[in-house]
Amino acid sequence: MSNLNSKIPEGPLAEKWSRHKSAIKVVSPANKRKLEVIVVGTGLGGASAAASLAELGYNVKAFCYQDSPRRAHSIAAQGGINAAKNYQNDNDSVFRLFYDTIKGGDYRAREANVYRLAEVSPNIIDQCVAQGVPFGREYGGTLANRSFGGVLVSRTFYARGQTGQQLLIGAYQAMNRQIAKGAVEIYSRHEMLDVVIIDGKARGIIARDLITGEIKRFGAHAVVVATGGYGNVFFLSTNAMGSNGSAAWQCYKKGAFMANPCYVQIHPTCIPVHGDQQSKLTLMSESLRNDGRVWVPKKKEDAEKLQRGEIKANDIPDEDRDFYLERRYPSYGNLVPRDVASRAAKERCDAGYGVNSEGKAVFLDFKYSIERLGKDVIEARYGNLFQMYEKITDVDPYKEPMMIYPAIHYSMGGTWVDYNLMTTVKGLYSIGEANFSDHGANRLGASALMQGLADGYFILPYTIGDYLADEIMTPKTDTSAPEFKEAEKSVKERIEKLYNIKGSKTVDYFHKKLGQIMWDHVGMSRNAEGLKEAIKMIRKLREDFWKDVKVPGEMDNLNPELEKAGRVADFFDIGELMAMDALDRNESCGGHFREESATDEGEAKRNDEKFTYVSCWEYQGEGKEPKLNKEELVFENVKLTQRSYK
Amino acid sequence: MADKILKKLNIKVWRQNRASEKGKFETYTIENISTGSSFLEMLDILNNDLIEKGIDPIAFDHDCREGICGTCSLYINGRPHGPDTEITTCQLHMRKFKEGETIVIEPWRAKAFPVVKDLVVNRTAFDKILQAGGFISVNTGGVPDGNAIPVGYDDAEEAMDAAACIGCGACVAACKNSSAMLFVAAKVSHLAKLPQGKVEAKRRARNMIAKMDELGFGGCTNTGACEVECPKSISISNISRLNREYLVARFSE
Ligand SMILES: Cc1cc2nc3c(=O)[nH]c(=O)nc-3n(C[C@H](O)[C@H](O)[C@H](O)COP(=O)(O)OP(=O)(O)OC[C@H]3O[C@@H](n4cnc5c(N)ncnc54)[C@H](O)[C@@H]3O)c2cc1C
Ligand code: SF4
Ligand code: FES
Repeated sequence: MSNLNSKIPEGPLAEKWSRHKSAIKVVSPANKRKLEVIVVGTGLGGASAAASLAELGYNVKAFCYQDSPRRAHSIAAQGGINAAKNYQNDNDSVFRLFYDTIKGGDYRAREANVYRLAEVSPNIIDQCVAQGVPFGREYGGTLANRSFGGVLVSRTFYARGQTGQQLLIGAYQAMNRQIAKGAVEIYSRHEMLDVVIIDGKARGIIARDLITGEIKRFGAHAVVVATGGYGNVFFLSTNAMGSNGSAAWQCYKKGAFMANPCYVQIHPTCIPVHGDQQSKLTLMSESLRNDGRVWVPKKKEDAEKLQRGEIKANDIPDEDRDFYLERRYPSYGNLVPRDVASRAAKERCDAGYGVNSEGKAVFLDFKYSIERLGKDVIEARYGNLFQMYEKITDVDPYKEPMMIYPAIHYSMGGTWVDYNLMTTVKGLYSIGEANFSDHGANRLGASALMQGLADGYFILPYTIGDYLADEIMTPKTDTSAPEFKEAEKSVKERIEKLYNIKGSKTVDYFHKKLGQIMWDHVGMSRNAEGLKEAIKMIRKLREDFWKDVKVPGEMDNLNPELEKAGRVADFFDIGELMAMDALDRNESCGGHFREESATDEGEAKRNDEKFTYVSCWEYQGEGKEPKLNKEELVFENVKLTQRSYK
Repeated sequence: MADKILKKLNIKVWRQNRASEKGKFETYTIENISTGSSFLEMLDILNNDLIEKGIDPIAFDHDCREGICGTCSLYINGRPHGPDTEITTCQLHMRKFKEGETIVIEPWRAKAFPVVKDLVVNRTAFDKILQAGGFISVNTGGVPDGNAIPVGYDDAEEAMDAAACIGCGACVAACKNSSAMLFVAAKVSHLAKLPQGKVEAKRRARNMIAKMDELGFGGCTNTGACEVECPKSISISNISRLNREYLVARFSE
């Protein structure tokens, strides 16, 4: 029997959140002072939650693995953040943002959650402005907007190409203010390695001090996990090197269900892989598709000449260029959603039209907009991205088109949460990219920042009160409880086990191999046979890892290899579950493309009759098959249609 | 443009096992590095070699590897973030180095940034400076509509220029006095340029400077070394603005 209760409030869609807010419990200021909350992660989700909870009066402890909370991976987000402000008078509305997000997610997200996200989105912009986020402005002093993929209105707010950085700094500064007041205690360079559950409720965490190696216990009345996504299971991705799925995975092992792990997003505009020494992939913001046109040569012989380096892009006349997105999707053109753009690029490259030496790249050309708008305008819009591109590739994108190729970018799947953002473990919450909640099978651009901040500023601070109101009589968590001892012991044993293998191969060796399996079989295009093969290969590789990995250094010292080893160990398990989930879902939806389920034109084909559910995986113990529970998705306000961007 | 292979490089690098232990330089050789690889990818390869040889790999800080998180930090051939301008170490590419070259790598050197291990230093002092006042005092909720506070295009752009600071610490490492003035000035300017931030501008400047002094950063003597090495081109004119704010703050005491 699964205990899946999504707790979606009754009532009409537009009233659910306000009705819910008035129905849930509130904790008095005097009682808030007695309650402690642990927030793991200081990205947009974690930092905004930590700051807001502390402002309310709770005692907060915040954790991150970097040397400063300001360095969380959210900092790297470039393009922007959506909000239904309708400042452009282009008929945007809460409903339209809701609808775009549901449709963009290929009808695999909960209506109620998505509507709430759209509903609070305008507040986020107001909040960030008040904090001093230097959003782009018009000459009249009002906020500027740009468009992003998958939508027909202009609702994306931005701070040059550094929106994530500026939003995160806003949240970080709000948190700093609370740190100065003593309301937030910050633990940088601390990695959560387990969650501690007492009498069915989350009561604390075990963390390793990454400088001294000390394993420490931390108690609280509730635990919030905001540790980001698991895209690094693919080794090469746009995620930061340290981004990991481990905290979420430990929660899974302690009873929190994992939802839709097979939904990962492949971003169409990344700098292509070069050679075999590469450690990560760099994203070129989607906003570039506003002014860049995507193309490959029409003639195969031109593509082959490009691949051999005999000609350059500019040698190919306009009439010999195939603007394949504009050709295939005339109404959205270069602004189709990410999954569609990525698959279209792969299709052209697989057909032999790729434009770099490996045949795995397409052009993103700014020539046309430079002609139309002038170099200055393009420079003002994308200057830092162009500079970044040039530093990496040694090519000047003002003169020659960029080369781009899809890469792993975001995980829509994650820890299952109910409407209150609580997992299947009481008192354990999951916010930001770590949860599965709002993006269905595909996330629209500029919506992750929105979701992280919605969760942290405007949703969790309300919903957590409903749970904590019943905990006001619970004394401070005693970290000498047997459950803490037990958790600490198992964490130490695992570290010792990894350290003592003293095998012959580095952690990276295994991580790269795992990444290759994932990319080949659980990547942009999947089929049953490949997925079954992948599961076998992952299991074999995991066995080898636990026999033959070599972790150097000392356990009681800063040891990046030891940190990596722990994360990669979990990536095997996550990768395996992703493949199992992808195998179960024999339909194509959003970022998940099953070759068995395509239209004659090769477009993705959903199967609503069979798959209108959230896959919720339940851990059954080491070496046992996990159990699949299903949360049926009910659509009362939108009609399910085959997505079309034609 | 086409990538070449550097057949051999010598890497002379600072090794120090812990803060409490003494450090020294060690030299390693590394072979077959593509000029298209990043500097940190070169270190990854070196580390994998070292691990295979049973030598403790070199600890260095990094995370985003795209020049925005401010985690990477190396002092390469006598320059913070190495021999290129307007970039961080993680964006530095091996095409900037020559065949057979000896590359010297050190950690940031500053009293306020003690070494943790090898090339990793502790920059918590930066967080502490910002905690002392680098924010606008608003709580979540109850704020006016975003467009209710108009901000001129140029002011927003200037605020953004200053807000682009990534908190890497190169300015401190570049400065002979180990002053954090550029870092502090960037934050003070970012917030003081915006109407929302003006309200607390004086108090902010005063508190942050007091904290900076207390944490052991040196004073600014206007050498301009920070501006040259700052990967985000934070302008030294921010320091003049800070000085103005600060003087106003002092006189109004
Ligand atoms: C290159 C890039 C560009 C992007 N651009 C956009 C964009 O323009 N618009 C948009 O909406 N979205 C964008 N995204 C997506 C968006 O940035 C992320 O989804 C979002 O920032 C995630 O925020 P988060 O708070 O959930 O997690 P993160 O920001 O990833 O933060 C995770 C936090 O958890 C901590 N942590 C992780 N594991 C542990 C552990 N075990 N113990 C302790 N701490 C831990 C980390 O230290 C960190 O503080 C982009 C993503 C990338 C990669
Ligand atoms: S001012 Fe420049 S050098 Fe100094 S911390 Fe900021 S970005 Fe780094
Ligand atoms: S690793 Fe993030 S700036 Fe260099």
